[in-house]
Amino acid sequence: MKANGSFKKRFVKDWKRNWSLYLLAVPMIVFYALFAYRPMYGALIAFKEYKPGLGFMDSPWVGFAQFTRFFSSPFFGRLMKNTVLLSLYCLAFGFPAPIILALLLNEVKRLPFKKVVQTISYLPHFISIIVVAGMITDFSMSTGLFNQIIAFFGGEKHPLLQDPSLYRTIYVASDIWQQIGWGSIIYLSAISGVDQQLYEAAEVDGAGRFRKLIHVTLPAITPTIVIMLILRMGSLLSIGYEKTILLYNPSTYETADIISSYVYRVGLLEQGWSYSTAIGLFNSVINLILLLVANTISRKLTERSLW
Amino acid sequence: MNTRTIKRGWGDRTFSVVNYILLAALAGICLYPMLYVIFASFSESGLLTQHSGLLLKPQGFSTSAYAKVFKNPMILRGYLNTLFLLVVGVFCQIIMTSVAAYVLSRKRVMWRNLLMMLITFTMFFSGGMIPFYLTLKHLHLTDTLMGLIIPFMINTYNLIILRTSFASIPESLTEAAQIDGAGHVRILFSIILPLSKAILAVMVLYYGVGIWNSWFWASTILRNRESYPLQVVLREILLQNSTTSMTTGVGAGDQESVAATIKYATIVVATVPILCIYPFLQKYFATGVMVGAVKE
Repeated sequence: MKANGSFKKRFVKDWKRNWSLYLLAVPMIVFYALFAYRPMYGALIAFKEYKPGLGFMDSPWVGFAQFTRFFSSPFFGRLMKNTVLLSLYCLAFGFPAPIILALLLNEVKRLPFKKVVQTISYLPHFISIIVVAGMITDFSMSTGLFNQIIAFFGGEKHPLLQDPSLYRTIYVASDIWQQIGWGSIIYLSAISGVDQQLYEAAEVDGAGRFRKLIHVTLPAITPTIVIMLILRMGSLLSIGYEKTILLYNPSTYETADIISSYVYRVGLLEQGWSYSTAIGLFNSVINLILLLVANTISRKLTERSLW
Repeated sequence: MNTRTIKRGWGDRTFSVVNYILLAALAGICLYPMLYVIFASFSESGLLTQHSGLLLKPQGFSTSAYAKVFKNPMILRGYLNTLFLLVVGVFCQIIMTSVAAYVLSRKRVMWRNLLMMLITFTMFFSGGMIPFYLTLKHLHLTDTLMGLIIPFMINTYNLIILRTSFASIPESLTEAAQIDGAGHVRILFSIILPLSKAILAVMVLYYGVGIWNSWFWASTILRNRESYPLQVVLREILLQNSTTSMTTGVGAGDQESVAATIKYATIVVATVPILCIYPFLQKYFATGVMVGAVKE
């Protein structure tokens, strides 16, 4: 009773002092309820056969039928393979690229040159994805820039974006082109925090510039690299659908179509609401698990984690 | 001893030369596609199709592609719609995110940890594309530009960055104001926000670039072509090849080559504004990336 009373008293006192604060919290709560948690609740249609005419409540429950339909669909294997491979290629080539750029930039002693390279390499980050996709599409046509270069080296001109075997290369390369400079900023800041005495000590020991880079700079920025890597691992299967939707076409589906672009096609274009929601939900759950695993491994190995 | 220093000197010099060559090549690769687009946009369409190999200057000189682009009413309309989204959208985002960040940065709020948990969770898990779309439809947010503003007023990642920054402002400052009788709204707008100008600039940069680039939800929920933002218009022109409206009056044989120069001119027209404000944004880049990396 007494504790209860004091709780009430505390509550009243807190309310008198902070009521405006609680009012300020209302918009945020409404926002998250409507645009984050309502869709999560709506994702329950993955377990229903949703018909817009019947509405959410009256559509019949079907259990895991939508999921088993996806797992036994002929596209399941292809979608999983394409999603995983595209992510892995982006990780394998796209992740080290900005680190290498930062290390190389750090070795430049002429500041104006460094500034110019930095400014130019950040630029592509600010070109919109639509324009980037437009440029890629245009350059890949049989008369486009890429084919001019291929012809110069004695190759044969052909429409590159119609060729399934080239799709991933184009996707990953353009990703690196767009993000390498911007991605290097964080590593450059980490490098600028390295203690200069470490370099002096290494010099005394007779280390050249390359060895200083490998034995001083690289270890010093490892913590940053680890955090960035966990973030990437966690989003391994959540590779964005925007660029895929802009670049793929039926002739490259066999390598280009990924889970999220399939969800878009089946859901928004063909109105298979429940089926596509189930596929999306499957993808979200896998992503969550991957993030948890990556975080746990990192905490065990390096005592660094997101939470 | 002497030979060793010379040897090291040679190794270092080779390293340096290779490094400069690599970086210069990278800068070239980053820059050339953009130069190509600019050269091609000023070329005469007939000469451009005949040309083979790298383009190092415009082929001939013609601004007719630009004339056609500026005559296209959709581009101007797209610009206006995007401008509206930028002004209203970023304003709403900054206000909503600041207020939310302020609430979450106060230490004596009941259920603060629960709220924080529920909010952080949305970064790692979501209902997905289709339920989100159905929600927008249910709330009558489709087919209106408001549907591109209201559901995107708070980005959780930005919220957490801002909250961390607000929480680092010394409590003594706000306590003094509270003793003087200032309420929470006053504290937020006359103490916290003026002290957070740098981070707010970064937020404007993040949100602004986000709105400028966004096209997916616009192309999904908008039925009325009059309200298309610039990127959706661009998609029609660059990727869905709807240049026919601009090539009327051009001979059938030249259609394709004229369409190509129009595309290039469109890219230039749609990218120049970003490149113009680019130098002013540049000083915020390092801060922007660093605050993003701060662990919550």
